[in-house]
Amino acid sequence: MRVLVAMSGGVDSSVAAALLVEGGHDVVGATLKLWGGPSDSGCCSVADVEDARRVAQQLGIEHHTFNLSDEFGRRVVTPYVDAHAQGLTPNPCIECNRAIKFDMLLGRSERLGFDALATGHHARIERARAGHSGAHGLRRGADTLKDQSYVLSMLGQRELARVLFPVGDMTKDQVRALAASLGLRTAGKPDSQDVCFIGRTDGRRGFLADRIGLTPAEVFDTSGARVGELDAVELVTVGQRRGMGHGTDGRRRYVVAVDVPARRVTVGRAEDAAVGSVDLRRDTVTWTDRPLPSGAAAVAQTSAHGRPAPCRVVIGRDTVAVRFDSPQRPVAPGQTVALYDAADPDAVVGAGIAA
Amino acid sequence: MPEAPLTYLDHAATSPLRPEAAAAMAAARAGPLGNPTGSHPAAQRARRILEEARDEVAGLLDRAPSDIVFTSGGTESDNLAVAGTVRTALARSDAAVGVVSSAVEHPAVREACRAAARDDRVTWVETPVDGAGVVDIGALADGLGTSTVLVAVMLANNETGTVQPLEKIVDSVRARCDAAVLTDAVQAAPFLPLEMTSAADMVSLSAHKVGGPVGVGVLAVSASVELTPVLWGGGQERTRRSGTQDVVGAAGMAAALGAACVEREAAAARVGALRDRLAHSLLRALPTAVRTVPAGTEVLPGHLHLCLPGVDREELLVVLAERGVCASGGSSCASGALEPSHVLASMGVEETRARGAVRFSLGPATVAGDVERAAALVVEAVASLRRDL
Repeated sequence: MRVLVAMSGGVDSSVAAALLVEGGHDVVGATLKLWGGPSDSGCCSVADVEDARRVAQQLGIEHHTFNLSDEFGRRVVTPYVDAHAQGLTPNPCIECNRAIKFDMLLGRSERLGFDALATGHHARIERARAGHSGAHGLRRGADTLKDQSYVLSMLGQRELARVLFPVGDMTKDQVRALAASLGLRTAGKPDSQDVCFIGRTDGRRGFLADRIGLTPAEVFDTSGARVGELDAVELVTVGQRRGMGHGTDGRRRYVVAVDVPARRVTVGRAEDAAVGSVDLRRDTVTWTDRPLPSGAAAVAQTSAHGRPAPCRVVIGRDTVAVRFDSPQRPVAPGQTVALYDAADPDAVVGAGIAA
Repeated sequence: MPEAPLTYLDHAATSPLRPEAAAAMAAARAGPLGNPTGSHPAAQRARRILEEARDEVAGLLDRAPSDIVFTSGGTESDNLAVAGTVRTALARSDAAVGVVSSAVEHPAVREACRAAARDDRVTWVETPVDGAGVVDIGALADGLGTSTVLVAVMLANNETGTVQPLEKIVDSVRARCDAAVLTDAVQAAPFLPLEMTSAADMVSLSAHKVGGPVGVGVLAVSASVELTPVLWGGGQERTRRSGTQDVVGAAGMAAALGAACVEREAAAARVGALRDRLAHSLLRALPTAVRTVPAGTEVLPGHLHLCLPGVDREELLVVLAERGVCASGGSSCASGALEPSHVLASMGVEETRARGAVRFSLGPATVAGDVERAAALVVEAVASLRRDL
């Protein structure tokens, strides 16, 4: 097969490329230039391109750099900023996967005559599943701590038919060991944790402060008493514990509600913040294969490495309600909820964005 | 690497080493080669080779040998010219300092001007160009003032090949101010008579664009221009550029420039004809393709810059590379990714058209077979992209 490998300059995509070369495929590596702004510290900076290119040279494959910064700005960064301005909690890495990697780049790989696009994500694709009439399945990666199925949960059959995740069956340790044995430059390189366009020095606050006004807000407890203030309501997420301190009872406080127009944040105890359900915007819901029937059981994951929560899914006209079996930390508007098969909890069935 | 032989159409990026340059460099290495700053026999030999190279370059530029400064390449030459002039002016008085450059200069000039303009006292103005990339002389004149100390206009553009009316520009500058004129002749050197640069105060050249080695260049500086050095140290090159000179490189530079000048007229005619043949084949097979520079503007004989509607230049370069065709998308950044071209933007080429921009550049080493192969492969490559999916 002719395979285009998206190489971020990290060890996972380096090994993904190596495995495909070992498998006898005709491999070409490509690194995306997505952000050339001052934060150039996260993924895909010039240093990362150079690392990816060097690994490609070590593997004996061609390497190209694609400048997708225009699209990235329009479809990932601008919506990210706008969402924060409205008090939503966006996940730009998910939007990048949706719009850039598995849309733009996937399209480009087709136009260039590649049979598949591969990435270094820790996830697995099950081809033509028995009992599922030939549909492709998306599953958690072998390494539960590193599983990235959450950020890939929007992928459907069209994408899965043309995508490969070569390291999905390996643990992170195995990936690093293989990279080291191949003498790849990236074997010991630390994983990039942050959003790639947010710099380490100024962080999210600095990035947003440069682009939108950050509004102070008053903080109240659940009884209505004013307990404090904070300087940026746009940076606060429902369910957040960080920075909320403790109540008079000595227990940690969590954000229960955020009202951006009213500049009001309500905090309370963990149980006050817990919710029984979350509504997903129907127009954002995607299914890996077929939609779940309304009322079906599923397992919900509401953050990249959050604990999966059993639930039931009710399909409404404008919303898809996810009703947790037991109270969970709240899901902020804008956050993605990934849904897994109740009978096979490693298998993704769909995803949607909280209203 | 692709299986097929390469079809190299990126001479504007770098050109193959001429046999004369290789021979001169081998000869330089063949004997004792000391540090030219010393006084013993090995040093003297090195010094002699260096000064012979300097004399040869000076002769080709019709300048005094003392006007020739050897550098590490075109970028360093441009930086020395810009920073050197500006720093001298800043030190001379408290007055404001003006720098003018064309809107289509090479990044080595443009970024050097940008860096110089970080000083509050320095104002940097870019002169607009027309749709063909030619400097608007009226606008240039308007931008000149008593505080202008440097005017930079390249003799020919590296992306499009557009040639500037340098003499008229220099006349315009002389009529209005005392500014030094820098002309970046790096791209022009293989094909245009070097006499065209004689009116300028400073001329930058790069060896590897004329068939010499990478790592050496020249800044020709008229005696009237006082440059503050960029590199401080042992005071070589009459204090203008410290550092042990690359004697072997200088020998290669001189030999390459000499060989280029000897065959220049014939090469320009031959390469121009090959370029025209390539243009004709491509424009006939790809009817929607357009030449970026409108007909009637003087363009270097090796340059063919096209805009292909509906084609993404990044994708085109990938499929060309698969077929062994070496061409360029124009301007790249440090990561190797293509950047939007400020040259095309200055020419008013709108973004969607610029997305399909590609540069083929031929050189004296290009032969008819390259052009025939290129024509077929480029058309095939474009067709492979336009599949309806």
